[in-house]
Amino acid sequence: MAARDDGNGTLRVGVFVCQCGLNIAGTVDCAAVAEFAETLDDVAIVYNNKYTCSEPGQLEIRKAIAEHALNRVVVASCSPRMHEPTFRAAVEEAGLNPYLLEMANLREHCSWVHMGEPDAATEKAKDLVKMAVARARALQAQKEMVVPITQQALVVGGGIAGIQASLDLADAGYQVYLVEKEPSIGGIMAQIDKTYPTMDCSI
Amino acid sequence: MAYSEIENVTGYVGSFTVTVRKKARYVDVGECTACGDCEDVCPVTSPDEFEIGLSTRKAIYQPFPQAVPSAYVLNIDECLGNNPIACGKCLEACDKECINYDDEDELIDFEVGTIIVCVGMDVYDPTALDEFGYTRYENVITSMEFERLINSGGPTEGHLVKLTDGTQPKTVAFIQCVGSRDESRGNPYCSNFCCMNTVKDCLLIKDHYPDIDIKVFYIDIRAFGKGFEDLFQRSKDAGTVYIRGIPGEIEEDPDTGGLRLYVENTTDGGVERHDVDMVVLSIGAIPRRDSDVIQRLLTLQRSQDGFFLEAHPKLKPVDAATQGVFFAGCAESPKDIKDSVTQASAAVARANRLMMQGKVSVEAITSTVIPELCKSCGLCVKVCPYHAISCDTKAKAPAVVVEAACSGCGACSAECPFGAIVMKHFTDGQIEAQIDALLEHDAHDKVLAFACNWCSYSGGDLAGTNRFQYPANVRLIRTMCSGRVDKKFVLRAFAMGAPIVLVSGCHFTDCHYINAVRWTQRRVEKLWDELEKKGIRPERLQLEWISAAEGQRFATVMRAVEDLRRKVTAKEIEHTRKVLADVLAPVEV
Repeated sequence: MAARDDGNGTLRVGVFVCQCGLNIAGTVDCAAVAEFAETLDDVAIVYNNKYTCSEPGQLEIRKAIAEHALNRVVVASCSPRMHEPTFRAAVEEAGLNPYLLEMANLREHCSWVHMGEPDAATEKAKDLVKMAVARARALQAQKEMVVPITQQALVVGGGIAGIQASLDLADAGYQVYLVEKEPSIGGIMAQIDKTYPTMDCSI
Repeated sequence: MAYSEIENVTGYVGSFTVTVRKKARYVDVGECTACGDCEDVCPVTSPDEFEIGLSTRKAIYQPFPQAVPSAYVLNIDECLGNNPIACGKCLEACDKECINYDDEDELIDFEVGTIIVCVGMDVYDPTALDEFGYTRYENVITSMEFERLINSGGPTEGHLVKLTDGTQPKTVAFIQCVGSRDESRGNPYCSNFCCMNTVKDCLLIKDHYPDIDIKVFYIDIRAFGKGFEDLFQRSKDAGTVYIRGIPGEIEEDPDTGGLRLYVENTTDGGVERHDVDMVVLSIGAIPRRDSDVIQRLLTLQRSQDGFFLEAHPKLKPVDAATQGVFFAGCAESPKDIKDSVTQASAAVARANRLMMQGKVSVEAITSTVIPELCKSCGLCVKVCPYHAISCDTKAKAPAVVVEAACSGCGACSAECPFGAIVMKHFTDGQIEAQIDALLEHDAHDKVLAFACNWCSYSGGDLAGTNRFQYPANVRLIRTMCSGRVDKKFVLRAFAMGAPIVLVSGCHFTDCHYINAVRWTQRRVEKLWDELEKKGIRPERLQLEWISAAEGQRFATVMRAVEDLRRKVTAKEIEHTRKVLADVLAPVEV
């Protein structure tokens, strides 16, 4: 892996506008958004991709970081709740601190909810990219805290799910605390006579 | 740890500290051999919960013969013996001296790396559905009561009998979807397992009593799983009659206890009458009534149906949004045994994935204090839901954040009047850059909405995946918590000409940061007063709680704020710009 760039140099922002097939491009004029992005401060390069999350899309990000000495990346695609981990991993692989990535949500918050208004959606998409670039320019590299993890687990509830989870955890070698409110484990399943589809006993 | 409840949970993935209340059992579990001598002499009789009140138990009892742990438990509220003069019979009968009337609850602390929530479900109470007469007619029973009646270990040793006279019914009717798939009464969702449970019950009856006639009244039979269709066919071949239609009324013949069902058969539209001896109400699942306790302790979210909400419906179906917490079984949604077992193993795989590495990295979204700017006022200490900040206000020493305890809501940073707390990755500068970029041009056309990552922003995502349409004028700024929204962000937006600003966060019970959202409310309420004093209509600052499950509501709110925006005049905006001009004056940071 390349040495991590902490982004302290001159700002060079790469913007990757994703069409998401027709999910975004069906409503938003992605070419117009990309063209607009080129006019924004510190934007060094803009790409307009069919699928930025795909293997070639991610490769393009990694290549662009190297070729254009990018130190901030804006991916204008879907919700960060969907693909932020994907793109953070991609920029990290290219040697950039993952916290120097910003996303603009052109899909869940734009193309999918303004399907009848392509012009308004495109204007909104431009704003979202502009906001993302503005934020990206102010981003700083961060170091994640690594904490030890206790090799013990808590299972809350001793019905069939809790019993199965406890057994699996214990079989994997972990100490398990199974906490059950009632005086006995078993839950609702224990009250059932036979069980489908095999018609055998519940207990 | 049976007969125990979670009292408290603190910490985060990797090191949760759990406090469990081990309730006083009054019987030594290690010593008790479940011989039953105590039960034999106990004079107190109570309804047996395990048998759903169809038989009785004593005040000292074993929940059921195969109980684990295999030990008795004493219900001290029913026991006469906590006054030994009154009773004390069990104490004398127990040769092993396992009974202790002075037993007390015990608090036990331990640490875990991951938590699997398997709290299960409750069953729907059909009392409200008066047309079925569950509270009036003895021969109308629930599917859970049926399970106990047909069970050889149950109160009738497996003999299916009418509760009116103890004789065997000749005709049994099952009514499906009781409390399920009903928007107006009961619950709108399908409870998943009831169809197949009834199919199984029909086969059981036909196995034991081939001569009993069975009629099943249904909306649809959902036999979608592996082997289910085969079982459904077998029940039909065995003679079960399936009638599409839910009875609208049941009448009882008071002399015989016989029941008459009136139903519209929706296959031909005809109204039919059916006389039966017993009715089994196939009741659905509801979220556990005490779900709010574990929800609060683990800062979990629930979907609109009340079951716990997974981090992603397809890609993270067993993860909670809280890192290191997972769901299995009916806690997440109604499901049958096989699905519960499958989900439990999946949850363990997810937990194992974290634990096997021995360490876990946590997002670097935490706060830090700039000591030079800190005035030691202690406000940040007050708003921190995690008690992660300490500040000696008397000694005027700068506040200190324990980074490992900080979960990153940003309430402290928003509350600090001196800009002395930096919220990493959500700094003032970063958020203000977004505000400025948005409102630089055509501000009057736009609604600025702050949305918290866990609820409102996710609600917006859900609106997107569901294609709920709303006007394109709204632009969101995501913060981890609405508690991060600083008063100065809102004023800045207005100063730049924003017609409407929306602050949206989690419902109070859903707050991912324990209770940080209440500081959001306080801050907005204060701002309303301040705006009013400055001659700015407080309505221009909106506050809404939108959960991750409320995609529809998100769209509705977005339409509402756009309606409000249209009513804000250019004159008003100009006035606000002037009044708040000093907000935009450059400040030294």
